[in-house]
Amino acid sequence: MWALRGLRNGVLTTRWPARPDPYAAAGRGPATVLDERPAEAGLDQIDTEQIDTKQIDTEQINTEQMGSEQLERICPTGAIRLADGAVRLDQGRCIQCGRCVAARPDVFGWAEGPAVGGLSRGGLVVPEIDETPERLAALRDGLRERTAALRRSVHLRHVDAGSDGTEEWEILALFNPVYDVHRLGIFLTASPRHADILLVTGAGARGMTEPLRRTYDAMPDPKIVIAVGTDAVSGGLTAPSYAVTGGVAATVPVDVFVPGSPPAPFSILHAVLLGLGRIAPMEAGR
Amino acid sequence: MNTRLVVDVAGLWDELTGEVAAGRRFAGLFGTARPEGLLLTAHLAGPDGVAPLDTLLPAGAAAYPALTPRLGAAFWYEREIGDMFGVRPEGHPRPEPLVLPEPPGDVRRPCPGEPGAPQVIEPDPQALPRHVVGPGLFTIPHGPVRSGVFESIEYLVETPGEEIPHLNMRVFYKHRGIEKRFEGMTPADGLLRAERVEGTATVAHALAYCHALERIAGLTVPWPAALVRVLHAELERLACHLDVAMRLADAAGLAVANARFGWHKEQVLRLVGQACGSRFGRGVVVPGGVSALPLAGPGELLDAVGRLDKAVSSDAGSLMGTASFLDRLRRTGPLSPERAREHGALGPVAKGSGYRDDAREARPYDAYSSLGLRPPAGHGDGDALGRLRVRFDEVAQSFRLLRQVTDELAEAPDGPLRDEGGTSDGRAVGWAEAPQGEVLYDVRVEEGRIVRCRPRSASFHNLVLMHEVFAGDILTDFPFIEASFGLSVAGVAG
Repeated sequence: MWALRGLRNGVLTTRWPARPDPYAAAGRGPATVLDERPAEAGLDQIDTEQIDTKQIDTEQINTEQMGSEQLERICPTGAIRLADGAVRLDQGRCIQCGRCVAARPDVFGWAEGPAVGGLSRGGLVVPEIDETPERLAALRDGLRERTAALRRSVHLRHVDAGSDGTEEWEILALFNPVYDVHRLGIFLTASPRHADILLVTGAGARGMTEPLRRTYDAMPDPKIVIAVGTDAVSGGLTAPSYAVTGGVAATVPVDVFVPGSPPAPFSILHAVLLGLGRIAPMEAGR
Repeated sequence: MNTRLVVDVAGLWDELTGEVAAGRRFAGLFGTARPEGLLLTAHLAGPDGVAPLDTLLPAGAAAYPALTPRLGAAFWYEREIGDMFGVRPEGHPRPEPLVLPEPPGDVRRPCPGEPGAPQVIEPDPQALPRHVVGPGLFTIPHGPVRSGVFESIEYLVETPGEEIPHLNMRVFYKHRGIEKRFEGMTPADGLLRAERVEGTATVAHALAYCHALERIAGLTVPWPAALVRVLHAELERLACHLDVAMRLADAAGLAVANARFGWHKEQVLRLVGQACGSRFGRGVVVPGGVSALPLAGPGELLDAVGRLDKAVSSDAGSLMGTASFLDRLRRTGPLSPERAREHGALGPVAKGSGYRDDAREARPYDAYSSLGLRPPAGHGDGDALGRLRVRFDEVAQSFRLLRQVTDELAEAPDGPLRDEGGTSDGRAVGWAEAPQGEVLYDVRVEEGRIVRCRPRSASFHNLVLMHEVFAGDILTDFPFIEASFGLSVAGVAG
C-alpha cells in the first residue's frame, strides 16, 4: 500500500546542482549591498549630535534624512558599517530581518540563490574587502588538498550548540524526497567515528562547548566543519550573552560559514559541496 | 484581568492553590530581580485571560518556602528560579539545577531584571548528581549529541535492561541566556529576539509577544491584519504537526510514509516562504498588526491549500490504517487525564489526554474570535496514538481555517494593516496557541526599553511530563514518546 503511494507523485527530487532549480535560484539569502556609495545628498551631513542614541527606535527613523550613524544602527546585529563613505555589510551577522532593505531599498537588497556560504569569515563581508583572490584560492586549494580523500561519499554528523530549532529542520529537510542528498552520496551517520563532515548549529552555548569539542576530536581526519546559520557564524542576535561564545568558531575550527536565520536547505547543501570542493563558489570573493 | 500584588509568599501560594482548586489553570512561575527584592510572579489562566500574581521577596533573601509540595506543576519552575537567582526553594523535593548547571563557586547568577550584563558562566556538567539506585540498574545517557538531527538535550535512561522505570532530563546544554538578552532592547528589536526563542513556533512567539505590547499600548489590530496572523499561525501548526507525523513514521521504520510527510512539510514551508519571504513566517507579525499582505494572491493560496489538504488527508488516513504503525503507538507513553489536568498540561499533549484549554477557543485573539472555532471531538486515551489523532484533527481544522481566512481576506476592504499607535511603558501578559500549546509572554517596558521579558513556551511546561509517561514502556518506545510530545528544546532551555 505504501509502496504504491511512494509512486503516486512521480519524481519529486531536484537535480540541483547538475541542473538548475528555480526554487534554489529564487531562494532568499542574507541582505546584500546594491550601491556601495549611495550618491544621495545628506547621507553624511546629518547632525548626529542631535540624536539621542538611547531613544532611537529603528522603525521610526526618517529614512530620507538618514545619516551614517542611523545607517549603521538600522541593523540590530551591527552588520552594517560605513567606512570612508562606502557601505559594508557583514552577511555573517545578517539575521535576514529585512530592516535595511525596507529602509533603504536603493542601498540594500536580498542576495538570491544558494551560494551564500563562504570559506572564510572575512569573505562574508560584502562588497569584499580584505580577502584577496589569491588568499581565497589558497584557502580553497588547502581545503581541497586536505579533503581529497572525501569527495564522492561522505557522512555527516550534526551538533546543536544552542540553535533556535529551525536550523535542525532545514538540515533534516535535506533528507526529504525533494532534496534527497543520498543521490549525491551524502549520508547521516550514527557515530562521530564514521563522520567526515560536522554540521554545527547555534550560537555556541557554553553548555555544549565540551560535547562539541569531544565530537570534533572523535572524528577521524580529514574532517570538515560547517557553521550552519548566522548564530553559528557570529552569534547573531543571541550574542552577546553570559551563556554563549558568540559563534562556534571559538570552539572548533570552521571550514565553511553559512549565514542565514536559518539558511535554506539549498544553502546548506551548497556549503557541504563547497567544503568538498565539488562546487564552485559561484561568486567572486567566496 | 489585572496584575495583583500579594503581601507575602505564603499568601500567594494560598491564593494560587485556591484558584487552581476552583478551576483556573496554573500557567507558570518566574522571578524578576527588582531593586527592592526578588519579585515572584505566578500566572493563572482562566476564561477571562492570563493574570499575573506578584509577591516580593525582600532583598537579600536566600530562601523561600517552595510551592512545589502544594502544587506539583511548579516543579521545574522553582528549579529554574533557583538557577537564575540563586535563591533556595525550601521544601522542594529535588532542588537541583535545571537550565543552568552548577556554576563553580561564588559566580553571580544572571538575575533577569537586574540592569547590566551578567558575567560569563562556564557550566560544570559534572556537578550534577545521578540517580541510579538498586542492584542491576544502569544509566544509559542519551544525548546531548545524538545520532540524527536533534536539538541538544540529555535523557538519562535509568533501566535494569529493557523497561524504563525512571527517566532523567538535562536541558541545560543549550541554555542561551535569552531572557537577559531581551533586556535593554527596544520593543522592535525584542520582536526579532522573540521570533528566535523557539524557531519552529516563530509566529506564535511573535504573536504572544506582540499581544503583550498591544495590551500595554492599547492597540487594535485591523481586521485584514488579524486574518493574516491567523493564516500564518495555522500554516505553522501544519508544519509542526506534519513534522511529528514524519518523525513517528520514521521511528516505525515506514520509509515511504516518512518521505511523504517530509514532502508535505516541505510544501508547507515553501508556501509560507511564498507568502512572506521567510520559510518560518519571520517578519510577518509586528506590534499593532502585520507588516504586509501575503505576497501570494488569494487564488494562489487557495489552490496550494487545496492541493495540500487532499494529499495530506489521504496519507494521514493511510497512516492511521497501517496496523504495524498503530501497534507501536497504542498504549505507548500514557498520560492519565488526571495528571494532565493536575499539571495544567498544554496543547496536543493535554488534548490527547482529554484535557483541553486551547487559547484560540478559551481566550481568543486576533481573528479567532470571529471564525467559529469548534473543538474537534476529543480523544481521551492519553497515549501516543491519542496525541497523533489530536494532531491530525488539528491539521484538518487548520485547513478549514486557512480556506476561511483566505476567503475573508479576498473580501476584506483595503486599509491599514497596522495600528500605528506605537509602544508605551507598562507591563502586560500576552498569549497565543502555538502548535505545541500555549505560549506566554510577560513583558515590562520602561522608558521605551524592555526591562524584563519572560517567554514561557509550551515546551517548557510540557516536557517535565515526560518523566511520568514511561510506565511499562521499553527502550524502543522512546523515539515514539519523544516524537509524540512534539516539543522544541530551544523553548525549554531558554
